[in-house]
Amino acid sequence: MKRSFFTSTLFAAVVGITITAVLPCFVKNNYVLGLLAIVAINTIIAVGLNLVMGYAGQVSLGHAAFFGIGAYTSAILTTQLHCNPWLALLAGVAITGIVALTVGIPCLRLSGNYLAMATLGFGWIVYTVMVQWEQLTKGTSGISDIPKLTIGSFVFGNDISRFYLTWAVTIALLVLSANIVNSRMGRALRALHGSEAAAATLGIDVAWYKIQIFVLSAAYASIAGSLYAHTVNFISPSSYGFSFSVELVVMVVIGGMASVWGAPAGAATITLLAEWLSGMGEKISVLKDCEVIVNGLILILVMVFMPAGLVCGIRDLFRRAARKPMPAVAPPPTERGVLP
Amino acid sequence: MTTTTDLLMVQQLHKAFDGYTAVHDVSFAIQPGQIKALIGPNGAGKTTILNMISGVLLPSSGEILLQGVPISGLPSHRIAARGIARTFQHVELFQNMSVVENVMIGRHLRSRGGLLAAAFPIGYVTTQERRVFTEAMNLLEMVQLADFAQYPAGELPFGRQRLLEIARALATEPRLLLLDEAASGLSSREKHELVALIFTIRQTGVTIFLVDHDMDLVMGISDEVVVLDHGEKIAEGIPAVVQNDEQVIAAYLGEELSDA
Repeated sequence: MKRSFFTSTLFAAVVGITITAVLPCFVKNNYVLGLLAIVAINTIIAVGLNLVMGYAGQVSLGHAAFFGIGAYTSAILTTQLHCNPWLALLAGVAITGIVALTVGIPCLRLSGNYLAMATLGFGWIVYTVMVQWEQLTKGTSGISDIPKLTIGSFVFGNDISRFYLTWAVTIALLVLSANIVNSRMGRALRALHGSEAAAATLGIDVAWYKIQIFVLSAAYASIAGSLYAHTVNFISPSSYGFSFSVELVVMVVIGGMASVWGAPAGAATITLLAEWLSGMGEKISVLKDCEVIVNGLILILVMVFMPAGLVCGIRDLFRRAARKPMPAVAPPPTERGVLP
Repeated sequence: MTTTTDLLMVQQLHKAFDGYTAVHDVSFAIQPGQIKALIGPNGAGKTTILNMISGVLLPSSGEILLQGVPISGLPSHRIAARGIARTFQHVELFQNMSVVENVMIGRHLRSRGGLLAAAFPIGYVTTQERRVFTEAMNLLEMVQLADFAQYPAGELPFGRQRLLEIARALATEPRLLLLDEAASGLSSREKHELVALIFTIRQTGVTIFLVDHDMDLVMGISDEVVVLDHGEKIAEGIPAVVQNDEQVIAAYLGEELSDA
């Protein structure tokens, strides 16, 4: 497909890399840099979930669990078995992939939204295991002293190096996602989102494509989980519960379903909002734990006023302001009347 | 009646929904290169048969053979891969995609590359994308929709949407093309264009099996006609013979009387 340079993946990647490279020159505050690393991690999960929601047309309410499996695999392998963190990350992806296959195959072979129900239950199971299997997960007290990531002798120890690391991985995964969306496979996914029956009669194996994208999406969440474990160096089950799964869905909706580059916007909005609210909650006790209400409210407002998501919604507002009317679509002149 | 040269053979095909029999032991065959039609009053079971041939519905019993190989029971995408493409009575375009992308989807079977190729579009992947785009544009030329390539498919006028659906089906390079009420909702000029297109398609070696209840259109273009009434085959043969069949006349007269 012909796409202009300014809408191309390359252009978006260049913008992303530039912002990432330059930002720490202006932001010297370690707390903010740390927060932005979390935004990067949430972006990875959101863009993966976006592939499932926006392209396969399925909702997963258990992505926090995949995030958790990645984080716990990394944490357990590195603290108890002294495994290399990068190898632990790959092990997390492998385990998450197998789990996602097991959850996905029965649900995605059926048409209909069985995935949402199954992942909801699955999320609770994973959460319960994290809390209850104390020998392995240390229960509610969590796992601490998770080693930092290293490349050779370089340790990603301070906030600025973690900021660069997390965003480098995020941009790489965003580019991969954009490539997938614009490929033969992405086209097939968009098609089955439009009409499963028509896609199937054109030779697209609908179930197999849905399963693939779901497993890929779970793998993204797992990578994010491993990065989180090695960045924050402490994990506990409370980060991987149902409310985070819902937060992730809100991120995708805000960023815009079926929009890869909306994911950072959605992730940033919700992550920063949650941080601000918890800060406010400490000062004003009424605002304590109102995060769920605010997220619900945002979800409703976005669905009503900007169903295409924040990024596409604002872009459309500008386009409307620029007022370039669409050329009228008239049938081409066909004067060759054939046959009586 | 049925020989080994048959492209498609339908044997004792039966479909029941919750006790209601939609198709009752229907048998017929389609020869390669034919334009064959399946007609009948509303609710005769025409679309049900098409759905069974294309794998959208599973037959309750009976067999469907494509060049002697059974295909009944296979999922839609496998049947598509064996060379059967179709259009839908209620146009099933991918509304969210552009006109040319709709046809590019049709090239799915004629291109390759999975997740890895999607993530890293280098080498053959990029040249293949360009090829798929060109092939899709060629098909759009054929149905005179090339000017609308970049428009959302859902914005096309209805008649053009039908043509686009045919182009998309042809993109799979089928041996057998199933057209489900392709003429319904078309103006008379659009119907003429459709007829011309059907003949053009046949010239390229594609066998056509069409379902319609527009008697005039069907009788004008078909080599052979199968007539269905209440799920049963009541006649089969060349149009001139079928048209004068008493049972066929009664079936259609009955419909007109009950419509009145």
